[in-house]
Amino acid sequence: MHSGFLNTLSAKVYASLILLLCVSPIIIHLADTPYYLVLLTRALILCMAAASLNLIIGYAGMISLGHAAFIGIGAYCVGIPAYYDNYNGLFHLALAIVCSAGFALVTGAICLRTRGLYFIMITLAFAQMLYFTVVSLDQYGADDGLIIDRRSEFGGLFFDFIPQPFDLAFDLENPTTFYYLVLVLLLATLYLINRLVHAKFGRVIVGCKHNEQRMLALGYNTYLYQLTCYVISGVICGIAGFLLANFTYFISPEMMDWVHSGELIFMITLGGIASAMGALTGGTVFLLLEEFLSAMTQYWQLIFGLLLIVLVIFGKGGLHGLLMRLQARTASHTAPERRPGKQTRSNKA
Amino acid sequence: MDWHLLITQLLNGIQLGLLLFLVASGLTLIFGIMDFINLSHGSFYMLGAFFCASIVAKTGSLIVGVLGAIIAVFAVGALVEYLIVRKLYKNDHLDHVLVTFGLILVFDSLAHIIWGAAGAVIPLPDILNTQISIATLIIPTYRLVIIGCGFLVAIALYVLVTHSKLGMLIRAGASNRDMVAALGVNIDRLYLLVFAIGAAMAGFAGLLIAPLTEASIGMGNEIIIIAFVVVIVGGIGSIKGAFYGAILIGFLDTLGRSYLGDFLRLFLSSEAAETAAAPLSAMMIYILMAIILVVKPRGLFSPSGLTR
Repeated sequence: MHSGFLNTLSAKVYASLILLLCVSPIIIHLADTPYYLVLLTRALILCMAAASLNLIIGYAGMISLGHAAFIGIGAYCVGIPAYYDNYNGLFHLALAIVCSAGFALVTGAICLRTRGLYFIMITLAFAQMLYFTVVSLDQYGADDGLIIDRRSEFGGLFFDFIPQPFDLAFDLENPTTFYYLVLVLLLATLYLINRLVHAKFGRVIVGCKHNEQRMLALGYNTYLYQLTCYVISGVICGIAGFLLANFTYFISPEMMDWVHSGELIFMITLGGIASAMGALTGGTVFLLLEEFLSAMTQYWQLIFGLLLIVLVIFGKGGLHGLLMRLQARTASHTAPERRPGKQTRSNKA
Repeated sequence: MDWHLLITQLLNGIQLGLLLFLVASGLTLIFGIMDFINLSHGSFYMLGAFFCASIVAKTGSLIVGVLGAIIAVFAVGALVEYLIVRKLYKNDHLDHVLVTFGLILVFDSLAHIIWGAAGAVIPLPDILNTQISIATLIIPTYRLVIIGCGFLVAIALYVLVTHSKLGMLIRAGASNRDMVAALGVNIDRLYLLVFAIGAAMAGFAGLLIAPLTEASIGMGNEIIIIAFVVVIVGGIGSIKGAFYGAILIGFLDTLGRSYLGDFLRLFLSSEAAETAAAPLSAMMIYILMAIILVVKPRGLFSPSGLTR
């Protein structure tokens, strides 16, 4: 698959992007523009949610239009304990994982009884169910949501045996620490999903997307595979929600509005469906575009909508597709004598 | 038991059910015949209300406003089908979701640009702005008008679908669209008509409710999800299913919100009943949907022969 380390154009682009993300706090600090760190942290959290959605839409072909529900679950697993003065980060995280896994398991088990149009609408309906349920919880702020006083605390809990300076360094209130936590979790997620997709599990999932009957005939319990995939995706998105609530110091039902589920799909389409880095590029570009367009005009959604329509009708494969076409073009310029006819194939990383 | 409240709530249930039917019947036909998922169907609902408000404000006549708005939404629906949707029938559902999500953003922003963020009101003429009293019961006339209009359109649609050539093609298309295309029917024109008629019905529903709630930008996005539930419960492609599903959901939602607390109080303490009733009544239609899916994954009245 690889023709060598960092040999292809796409590998170079993605590697420099990750490198840029790693050093950007330093650049932002030197340029003294702390707002961009906030913007970038938010972008990376949404990238993580988008990556989880890419797993089920891009690879498994299960089009969920209710993924924002998991962001909400993760967020409320921070907000509700914080409301009772419990700021134990491990507890928040464990709760977020258990709750999103539970919700994914129950709704997924029902949703996966159907396919196609039904699946899309049912995931949407379940997300709305959760949305309206949370809206009706007067105790936890209903429509207005809850303000969280401080971020989840990890220091001193499981670092008892770690020397003091490191213990203190793990303080999420520090924006740079928080940024790096998000970045590490995001890269770990992208790596995990990529490994998962290339493992046997992923092959079965992709096989189900293309021809479920055949996978059944080969003896795979496709229902179980798809349900597991759905639960994994839900848990990752729940963790993104956990991060988002900590990031904004605020939770509200609006976080799980189905419009946000649509935006997540927009992100992965922009970056390139079923590409390992699509969620990262798509999510970042989406957030930056939103930021600059909304500063320019209050009707930025009009531009977004038109962009989305044009993207689907004309731009196959999003940014990743564009990169691949560029790569194929440069390859055909440089390598036609050596391998005529095969150059486009061998360069598909 | 308060009989006045019960009758009022029953009327509200029928009203919601009929509005849902007007939105869901178009949606279910577009799903069933074109295999196309249209998230932006709610936008037509919103556009109907806004068009009507504008025309009424210009001409002062509600009838002109209603007719003009229906024609305008029909035209917008036809235009959207011709310019965008038509290119996507062969693509997968993900593209449908994305493009129609983009359309929602476009329509919402356009409505914001044209009509402003505040929304628009449709004033009722005096003759409709009255109340009818039967014994001690007082019912606003306009609610009865909504119910009457809803039933009329439902009957008209029934006649169209069961007793006309177009209806025959629609039914044939819902059960096997490949066969219809193979028989030499002009499938492009059929798709265009179905899409535009569906849009016009959603627009009609929007302008019916607008005098009570006023036309606002988010209104389409609120009803579209419940319309999805109706389509799932009734079965994709079935108008009969959309009708029974809509009435069922309409009653369940309205009565649940007003009586679930009383019902729970029968076997829970009144405090516990109160806390449980609010979230439960919000969840009820979705729980119904889940139960129906477990028992009949294709909905109550799925047309036989539908492949998806």
